[in-house]
Amino acid sequence: MDLNYSAEEMAFRDEVRAWLKDNLPDALRYKVVNYEELTKEDLLRWQKITAERGWGAPDWPEEWGGTNWTIVQRHIFEEECGYAGCPPRIPFGVAMCAPVLHKFGTQEQKQRFLPGMYNGDVFWCQGYSEPGSGSDLASLKTSAVREGDSYVVNGQKIWTTWAQHADWIFCLVRTNTDVPKRQQGISFLLMDMNTPGISVRPLMLMDGGHEVNEVFFDDVRVPAENLVHEENDGWTVAKYLLGYERLGTGNTGASKREVLRVKELAAQQSKNGRPLMDDPRFRDRLSRVEVELMALEITNLRFLDQMRGGRAPGAEVSLLKIRGTEIQQALTELMLEAVGPLAQPFRSLRATDFDQHTASIAPRYCNYRKTSIYAGSNEIQRNIISKASLGL
Amino acid sequence: MNFDYSEEQHLLAQSVRQFLTKEYTFAARQAIIESDQGYSEQVWATFAEMGLLGLPFASDVGGFGGNAVDLMPVMEAIGDGLIVEPYLASVGLGGQLIARGGSQAQKQEILPALVTGQCKLAFAQTEREARYNLAHVACRAEKTAHRYTLEGEKCVVLHAPCADKLIVSARTTGPATAADGISLFVVDRNAPGVTLTPYRTIDNLRAADVRFAGTVVPAEALIGQEGQALPLIEAVVDYATALVCAEAVGAMQFANDTTLEYLKTRKQFGVPIGSFQALQHRMVEMTIIFEQAKSMTCLACVKADSADADERRRIISAAKIHIAEACRHISQEAVQLHGGMGMTEELKISHTFRRLTMIAQTFGDADHHLERFAACG
Repeated sequence: MDLNYSAEEMAFRDEVRAWLKDNLPDALRYKVVNYEELTKEDLLRWQKITAERGWGAPDWPEEWGGTNWTIVQRHIFEEECGYAGCPPRIPFGVAMCAPVLHKFGTQEQKQRFLPGMYNGDVFWCQGYSEPGSGSDLASLKTSAVREGDSYVVNGQKIWTTWAQHADWIFCLVRTNTDVPKRQQGISFLLMDMNTPGISVRPLMLMDGGHEVNEVFFDDVRVPAENLVHEENDGWTVAKYLLGYERLGTGNTGASKREVLRVKELAAQQSKNGRPLMDDPRFRDRLSRVEVELMALEITNLRFLDQMRGGRAPGAEVSLLKIRGTEIQQALTELMLEAVGPLAQPFRSLRATDFDQHTASIAPRYCNYRKTSIYAGSNEIQRNIISKASLGL
Repeated sequence: MNFDYSEEQHLLAQSVRQFLTKEYTFAARQAIIESDQGYSEQVWATFAEMGLLGLPFASDVGGFGGNAVDLMPVMEAIGDGLIVEPYLASVGLGGQLIARGGSQAQKQEILPALVTGQCKLAFAQTEREARYNLAHVACRAEKTAHRYTLEGEKCVVLHAPCADKLIVSARTTGPATAADGISLFVVDRNAPGVTLTPYRTIDNLRAADVRFAGTVVPAEALIGQEGQALPLIEAVVDYATALVCAEAVGAMQFANDTTLEYLKTRKQFGVPIGSFQALQHRMVEMTIIFEQAKSMTCLACVKADSADADERRRIISAAKIHIAEACRHISQEAVQLHGGMGMTEELKISHTFRRLTMIAQTFGDADHHLERFAACG
């Protein structure tokens, strides 16, 4: 048993670290570590910077720009990016639609869409959830009816992250309602967001941020060539993609940075004339989160070690998602408590730099309630472990 | 990076498990714990034959030079089988104190006999007022000419009744909680002035309160330098803490496996109770906690012998915080999901429950280690 990275892996980590130090723009890092909203340009800019280095989509096949890294190298890259404070990768193109195109797309579709994702020229979003279809995704109703060379799409998607920025959307739509099982009759369709009949309505969240939207489809004509995989077999695609969506959700790199932030805040705040960090009640709760994070880091490595032989990720990914998000949420909560009464001023009313510093904490806490809900709620993840790992 | 056991570690673990499955059945264990001695000489002899007793010791005393990771699969098997023989006390504590701090003569006298099963050890450290503070030693040793005289009392000395020798911490100078002034002595269990009050523990081990009244030992009984034993005690207790974490992992694995089996076979309302989501999610939580506990145990065993004492303290305490809470959670849930049957003496899970309950507090509970972890920065 050896928990250390190999010499090659250490060298790779140093290389990534050095590159991030030189290439992560301060302005982007500042926004990330201070929880400020990233613009479309910010997000695409980071994709462009990684693309220029040839690291725009490490897990893609090499012919399309993949790096041919080992699973451990990919993990190291993600950890280092998280720890350094890089903007999140816009997942919907490079990390979600692209794997689908690699697996199910035609050569024409790959050539048409993949370069724009890689180079950060085209912004993608994901049209999965509907008002009546959350965890029960297969009940979706947005319809696509074939008319000549087009599909005519009607219906509504919801929780569409960054739809306000998006140039394209990939959607699950119902192409057949006359089926014995709801999982049948679903298709995977790509749409240009500029197509007439598509409209986007913001759903403002309690932190004051605009992240998610409703997207409405009103007689939207989509060329039939934008269908990926077979008509009515989109559920196969959806299941494949859900596996990808849960990957990398441990986010231990970013959480390690947040632990340092909590310690910094708790050292600045005082309680009874002493730093809050020395208060045993507060310190114990932070320690428990630190320990859970240490364990998760090792658990993550253990799973990578098992997967190294080429085994596909299974239900253990759900474990990483559950614990990873619990830790992220616990850290936002500790920050909220660390700043005490100073958590109250809302950031739009901020007056001084110090207010700015603490005023982003409560919104962040509010915003991070999303992590146990999105990408398959933690309850759904428990169902997956129960069924797939435990056979219950 | 590699989380697999080596071929040798794997084979050893396999032979231990085979032996335990065949010879150390639940019924056989019941007979052992109800016997007068409370352990089996035959099992102990088999452990010696299998090389388990020599695993971590140097080859010049008949050992195999193994590290904490080598002992990890053995401890997991011990946790799984709820072994009551004094493995941790002899090999993990007493033997380590001698191997790391003892003179050449002490090593040659004690360790070869330990490796062959001829000598069992117990560590007499805990005192009534000490809780988990290793520096709290009120028991005194007065030096006169070429000997020491011991006065005082140790409590809950695990496996003292069967031990041939006790390793005793006693204070040669200073007040009861000073870091300086603690010394270690090898004392024959049958020496004049040593009185044992033996009893059974809740998890069916044997232990004793040990009283020293005018107990005289020669100067050669001192382990290492007089008054400077605390760093050695701390290092060995950290090492043993990593081992007891591995024992817990074995016991928790059993608790989870047997509970899952129960959920699949026990029927109520005409269906297996494992079909109820309220129970499924609890079983999932037990699974997650187990995986996390296993990760922390790997980390603890890898770092148990770290030359960097600060790093060692921090990791061992982190592991014990996690294991303590995992022991409580998994043992309580396992009994709850078994319903009334989980309460009974005749089901192994109730024994595993008791062992896990005690491991949670062995070498410090979560609060103790939270304090120590925080002090590490």
